[in-house]
Amino acid sequence: MVDVIDQLVGIAPGSKLDTIRANRSEARKHAQASHDSLFRPKSFGGVTADERHAIAAFVAGLHGEPRTDAFYSAKLPATLRGVIAAEVVSARTTGPYGRFPKGPLSTEDAPGPTWKVSETGAKALGRRLTAAFEHTHMLVFHPRDAAAPSLQSLLDAGWSTTDVVTISQLVSFLAYQIRVVAGLTVLASTP
Amino acid sequence: MTEKTLTPPPHTEPVVFTRDMLDWLPWLEPMAEANMTERHLASLVDAARVKSPYFRLLARDPDVLEARTHTDKDIFYNPEAGLPRAERELAAAATSRLNGCIYCASVHARFAATYSKRVDDVQRLLDEGVGARLDERWEAIVAASVALTTLPMSFGKAHVERLRKAGLDDAAIADLIGAASFFNWANRLMLSLGEPATQG
Repeated sequence: MVDVIDQLVGIAPGSKLDTIRANRSEARKHAQASHDSLFRPKSFGGVTADERHAIAAFVAGLHGEPRTDAFYSAKLPATLRGVIAAEVVSARTTGPYGRFPKGPLSTEDAPGPTWKVSETGAKALGRRLTAAFEHTHMLVFHPRDAAAPSLQSLLDAGWSTTDVVTISQLVSFLAYQIRVVAGLTVLASTP
Repeated sequence: MTEKTLTPPPHTEPVVFTRDMLDWLPWLEPMAEANMTERHLASLVDAARVKSPYFRLLARDPDVLEARTHTDKDIFYNPEAGLPRAERELAAAATSRLNGCIYCASVHARFAATYSKRVDDVQRLLDEGVGARLDERWEAIVAASVALTTLPMSFGKAHVERLRKAGLDDAAIADLIGAASFFNWANRLMLSLGEPATQG
């Protein structure tokens, strides 16, 4: 069985990082099980394989970690590759930004834009993925701006409550996996 | 049929970071306990979590929830070597402080304070944010968590070298990477699927 984190970081069997990861064998095994349950689930439910890969490629593009970006882009249907790459270019920014609840923390507010898919992108992606991408941008860059209406936009676009849970897990899992890959890659290359 | 989000009952929203116990109110309908199959219940891992609306909501996709829960537990609770529990919790609290997850920060600041006994330092992190003065080792851990959390990510060799100088071996640094990264997962779910409320 392939371990995606090991593969992307380039962790060789018997290496120092292999031993370190082996000492957290449950975390290692279940990080991969999380990946598998999102991308190779027993049942895709209301979120198709192509939809999952489209969202994943967008998330990876937004993070800009080169190994994960290449990994998830390669899984895209060819018809979506150019479209998603163009949306990534328009969507990439810095984070985390967003507002805090009104009160003492308001002095730390870092308000920023709510990103929208381009018209061309929306045509190619369709209503469901367009809503999913707009929600994904918020989750990746300004999650503290989240509010119930952002979830309603997903429901209005035709996703079910259970689909929204799956999409939220997918984006949030990738926020984890990509950082582990980035972090361990730096650790492995710092003698 | 289009489904609708939930409107939480009247409650008081916490407006500062706190170590107090908070509630969490979902914006999407959690599974009703009566409708949960054995598969859904098993995905909770801890049976007591059936009382939590957060976990009953995530149980809608049980395979992901179960794998996520086991990942979480090993990153934070595995006592073998690596980073001391208090400092794994510190990384979780710092990540939550930066992302703005008041609920997550409350839980993990309590754990960090309990395990380290450094209540004032933990509270300073909550009050002042990730730039708070702590001590060199804790500041190095917070800085690394920040560098892994911000986008674009800026975690680099200088962070690893600073952590090693502060006494962390590579197993401890790998734990820190796991803890800060995991809270980039947890924060996003907590922040986007519901909201915190003060208790009582």
